[in-house]
Amino acid sequence: MTITALPILIPFVLIIVLIISRSLVFSKITSIVGSLGLLILSMIIFYKIDKLGFLVLNMAGWKSPYGITLVIDFMSSLMLIVSSIIVFAIAIYAYRSLNEEKQVTKFYVFFFSLIMGVNGAFITGDVFNLYVWFEVMLISSFVLITFGKSKEQLEGGIKYLALNLLGSLFFLAGLGLLYGKTGTLNMAHLANILRNDHQAILMNTSAILFFIAFGIKAAVFPLFFWLPASYHTANITISSLFAGLLTKVGVYAFIRFFTLFFVHDQTFWHQFLLIIAGFTMIIGGMSASVHYDTRKILSYHIISQIGYMIMGLGIYTPLAIAGAIFFIIHNMIAKTNTFIVAGLIYKLKGSFYLKDVGGIIKQNPMLAILFVIPAFALAGVPPISGFFAKFILIKASIDDSHFVIAIIAVLTALLTLYSMIKIWNEAFLKKQPDNEFLDRNTSLSFLDMLPSIILGTISILMGIFAFKVFDFTMQAADQLIEGTSYINNVLNR
Amino acid sequence: MEILLAILVGILYTAGVYMILRRSIVKFIIGIIFLSNATNLLVFLASGIVSGKPVFVGNEPANASQMADPLPQALVLTAIVIGFGIVVFTLALKYKFFELTGTDDLDQLKKTDN
Repeated sequence: MTITALPILIPFVLIIVLIISRSLVFSKITSIVGSLGLLILSMIIFYKIDKLGFLVLNMAGWKSPYGITLVIDFMSSLMLIVSSIIVFAIAIYAYRSLNEEKQVTKFYVFFFSLIMGVNGAFITGDVFNLYVWFEVMLISSFVLITFGKSKEQLEGGIKYLALNLLGSLFFLAGLGLLYGKTGTLNMAHLANILRNDHQAILMNTSAILFFIAFGIKAAVFPLFFWLPASYHTANITISSLFAGLLTKVGVYAFIRFFTLFFVHDQTFWHQFLLIIAGFTMIIGGMSASVHYDTRKILSYHIISQIGYMIMGLGIYTPLAIAGAIFFIIHNMIAKTNTFIVAGLIYKLKGSFYLKDVGGIIKQNPMLAILFVIPAFALAGVPPISGFFAKFILIKASIDDSHFVIAIIAVLTALLTLYSMIKIWNEAFLKKQPDNEFLDRNTSLSFLDMLPSIILGTISILMGIFAFKVFDFTMQAADQLIEGTSYINNVLNR
Repeated sequence: MEILLAILVGILYTAGVYMILRRSIVKFIIGIIFLSNATNLLVFLASGIVSGKPVFVGNEPANASQMADPLPQALVLTAIVIGFGIVVFTLALKYKFFELTGTDDLDQLKKTDN
């Protein structure tokens, strides 16, 4: 099935086209058309997965445990769809927002190499190949985060780079030890070995190295400090792309590894993941509530919401995993949307600092509606997507009698609501304070708001058709927990 | 040989951790180089070392149990290239940062934290 490799090949072709191109308008149009193509492709893949269950491609014809295998299962295809929706929205957003910077054409090259890394990480079936895609993603994100080359961006870039490099080294060390113990790096083969292994407890040394590596990428509790130190320095277009995609790839890797082959020693790991999840939620939510920079508030919320996803993995029932996947989908869309709206507020007011802005509800009521949708989605107000995501997770935790984590999840939802109301009160309701940041007299065109409208509509539709989305995530979760069909499909038995 | 290399990996990790805890950014980069080389050696060591039995060399099929495992070598080669690229990027970033601020002190990097 050659279609399996297309999510990597299309961005690759686009990179080559964009390196050659010198014209800014051409780059912008190409990126929008290309990302639309990716979206259509991921929908075709999803349709095929819905019928077949798995798409497997052995690269260069090497049979599965020996060569690199690309595997798309239900979860990967869901991730591909959501990430291409975000890529599409950001491509439209960048059309209007990236004009002042120098070398904008270069932005698109690294934009698509980031997408190539993300898609590769979603569809690979090989641990070392996953490492390579993580590196592709990291190097492009290093370039993007320092894109404006201002003092702040370079400083944020150094912090981002330092901690993520350490994460990569942990990943490499973990996979080296894993290979030493099992003699394979193919995920299905690993699962085949480790699921029936009585000595699997010896895998804990590798598993904890992977935990640290993915923990740094996903920004879980003791390892998240790079995120609030760097995300708010980058150009807001780039921040919104990162907010939607990067940490979730870490969470995806978590779910893949800890459902497919690190399934030994469950009492320790699930307890451990739940503790981590609880702290991640609480600390992220509380840190967000003390800040007054929109981007800082939203960055800390990324962290607190990673906690929910890890919580689903820690409970480890099919319902909880389905809830975690539902939450990832909802969060990727809503989070990108809030960052885009923050960028629109900046465009309108010239500041991200909540004390400097105000009165937007009178100036631009449309923007207020666009903010309310993702903000309520994040806080979990029905009937928007976030409510159902949180509902499934909390129901799963009560069903499995994890009451403490359920209480923490509810409290964190309140903290999120508090921060969102804070942004609402300060930026939209209160009067415009008198300062030098007075109105720039810019108004927002429809094209400025289009990406936010698209993402907001999807959030609402996810809420209305929650049962349908839940069906898909449930299928994905069943596939993940059962595991044998993955192994059989990849190893061709 | 494995024991010696294992000790070397340990020493490299120690030196790397010591270096990344220094205040200078350049020392931090040197620390990263140490750590990444230590990790490469660790991966190389993971499947054991066989001397003088290269795989895929010569015409007669060799005994698989005595050959050197080629996969870790391929992995390490890839990892070295990636590590090299990243170190070059880090150095360029550091150079740009030094041009703008004239500081090499990590303690000065406090502006984006609060």
